[in-house]
Amino acid sequence: MKSRIALHLNAWMVYGFIYAPILILVVFSFNQERINAVWTGFTVDWYLKLFTDGEILSALMNSLLIGIPSTLIATVLGTLAALGMHRTRFRGKQLFESILYLPIVIPEIVMAVSLLTFYVWVQLQLGSVSVILAHVTFNISFVFVIVAARLSDMDDRLEDAARDLGATGWQTFRHVTFPLISPGVIAGALLAFTISWDDFLIAFFTAGVGSTTLPMKVYSMIKFGVSPEINAVSTIMILFTMILMLLALRFEGITKTAKTLGS
Amino acid sequence: MKHLWIVAGILAVASCAGDTRPTLSFYNWSYYIADTTIPDFESEFGVKVIYDNFSSNDEVFAKLKTGAGGYDVTMPSDYMVEIMAKQGMLEALDFGNIPNIENLDPRFRNLPFDPEGRFSIPYQWGTTGIGVNTKFVKETIDSWNALWDPKYKGRISVIDNMRSGLVPALRLLGHSVNETDPAKLQAARDLMLSQKEFVRTYSSDTYIDLLKSGDVWLAMGWSGDIYQVMKENPDVIFIIPKEGSYAWVDNLVIPKGSKNKALAESFLNYLLRPQVGADISNFTGYSTPNRASFPLVLDSLKNDPSLYPPQDVLDRLEFLKDVGSDATAVYSRIWNEIKSQ
Repeated sequence: MKSRIALHLNAWMVYGFIYAPILILVVFSFNQERINAVWTGFTVDWYLKLFTDGEILSALMNSLLIGIPSTLIATVLGTLAALGMHRTRFRGKQLFESILYLPIVIPEIVMAVSLLTFYVWVQLQLGSVSVILAHVTFNISFVFVIVAARLSDMDDRLEDAARDLGATGWQTFRHVTFPLISPGVIAGALLAFTISWDDFLIAFFTAGVGSTTLPMKVYSMIKFGVSPEINAVSTIMILFTMILMLLALRFEGITKTAKTLGS
Repeated sequence: MKHLWIVAGILAVASCAGDTRPTLSFYNWSYYIADTTIPDFESEFGVKVIYDNFSSNDEVFAKLKTGAGGYDVTMPSDYMVEIMAKQGMLEALDFGNIPNIENLDPRFRNLPFDPEGRFSIPYQWGTTGIGVNTKFVKETIDSWNALWDPKYKGRISVIDNMRSGLVPALRLLGHSVNETDPAKLQAARDLMLSQKEFVRTYSSDTYIDLLKSGDVWLAMGWSGDIYQVMKENPDVIFIIPKEGSYAWVDNLVIPKGSKNKALAESFLNYLLRPQVGADISNFTGYSTPNRASFPLVLDSLKNDPSLYPPQDVLDRLEFLKDVGSDATAVYSRIWNEIKSQ
C-alpha cells in the first residue's frame, strides 16, 4: 500500500514537473493584471486583443503559409521515399534509411546554419520559400519514418492479390496500398505540420522578407517583457499543437508516433 | 480530409499570387510603429508593405550581413549604423526624394555615428538612466552611485550589453561612454565588478518585468522601456544621473541591395511628415527627433522631462559611437569577465 502511494506521488510529481510551467503560463494568460506576478482577476481581454493585433495576425498567416505548403511537399516526398525503400532491396539500404532519419537527430542549430550557408551560396533570396524548403528538409524524415512503419505492418500479399486480379500498378496503389497506409500518411502530415508550426530556430535563421512566423513574433515581443499577450499567444500555440498531436495519435497510435519522435 | 488539403492548397497559392502592387519590405523592432502608419502609406501610394520584426541590433546585422536579407528599409541603433556603414552595408540616401528631412530637429542631423548624415535618418530616440521604484526607494536618486549602495543589494539590475553595461562606471570615473583607452576601461571593469554583489540580474529586456513587479527597485534601463513600466506602475520614475549617460537613437536606413530604393525613400519621406511622426511617438511613447511632429505629440508625453529632458540634462548625454574593432574586443572581454566572475 505504501509503495502504491509513493508511486502515485511520484507520477504526480513527474506530471507537475513537466506541466507546471505551462499551466502557470496558461493561467496568467487569463490574468487581468499586466504585472505578471499577482493574480487580480479573470479576463479574456488578452485573447480578444490578439485578434485585433495586425502584427500577430500577419505572423499567424505566415506560419500557416509556411506550414501548409511545407507539410504538403514533405508528405508527398516522404511517402514516396517510404514506398521506394519498402519495395526495393539494394546493398547499403540500411545505411540510406538511417541517413533519411538523420535530420531528426541533427542538432537544430547545425541544420539552421548549414541551410543558411547553403542558401547564401546558391544566392536564394531569404523569405517564405527558404523557410518552406528548410521545413521540408526535416519534415520529410518525420513523414518517412511514420509511413515506413505503417508499410512494414502491411501485408504485401494484398498488393500481389490485387495485381493477380488484373489491377494496374496505379489501381493497386489507389485502391489497395494507399487506403492501407493513409492513416500513417495523415499522421505523418499532422506531425510535420506541428513541427513546422513549433519551429523557431530554423525559421529564425532562414527567414527573410515576409516570413516572420508566430514563434519568431513571440520572440521579438519579449523585448517588452513577458506580457499577458505573449502568454495568450503561447497558450493558443500549445493548444493547437496538442490538438494536432492528439489527431496524429488517433490515426497512428501512441506507440508508433512516440517511437518516431524518440528515434 | 482530402477536401481540406485541397482548400488549404488553393488558399496557399491564392495568397501568393494575385497581388500585383509594388512591394516594400520593412524590417523593424516589434510594436515600434503606429497601427495606422503602414495601412495609410499602402493606400496612399498604392503599394504593399511586407513587415517583419527583429529583437536586437545583432539580429539585423546578422541577417543583412549574409547578403540574403532583401529588405528595403530597416532600423539599426546608433552604433550599429556606423558599423553597417563602415562595412558598406547601407545605401547612401538620395535626399532629393526626402524633402521632409527639413522637419528633423537640427540637433539630430549629422550625429557622430553618421557624421555626414548620408545613410541614416533618426526615427525615435531616448536616454539611458535609472528606473527607480519610489515605493521602496525613499531617498532621491540622482547619481549612478545608487547602484553601489549596499542598501539595495539584490534589488538592482544593470543592462546586459558590453557597451551600455560599462556606462555607469565610465561616467562615474569621468570617462566618455566611447572610451577606447584599455587602462581606463580596465578601471571601469574593476568598478563594475565591485558592484556585482548587489546586482539581481544583468538584463536588457526582463528587467522591465522585474521593475514593474517590484522585484527590482533600481533598474538601469532605456527611457522608452521604463516609460512603459511607468504607465502601469505609477511608483516608478525615470532619472538621468548627474554624471551623465548616453542618448540612443534608432535610425531608418536602406540596406545595400534594396530593389526599391526610390519607393523606400518615399516611405522615409512619408515617415517624416509631422502627423505621421507624431502618431508614431504617441503610440510608442518614445521621443521624436522630428521638430515638426513635436507640437502634435500628446501633452502628457511632451511635458514629461524623462522623455524630453531640459537642455542642461541633454548637455550631459553623449551618443554611442563605434569604438573600432580593437576597443570592441576589449569591451567584449571585459563584459564577459564581469558576468562570469
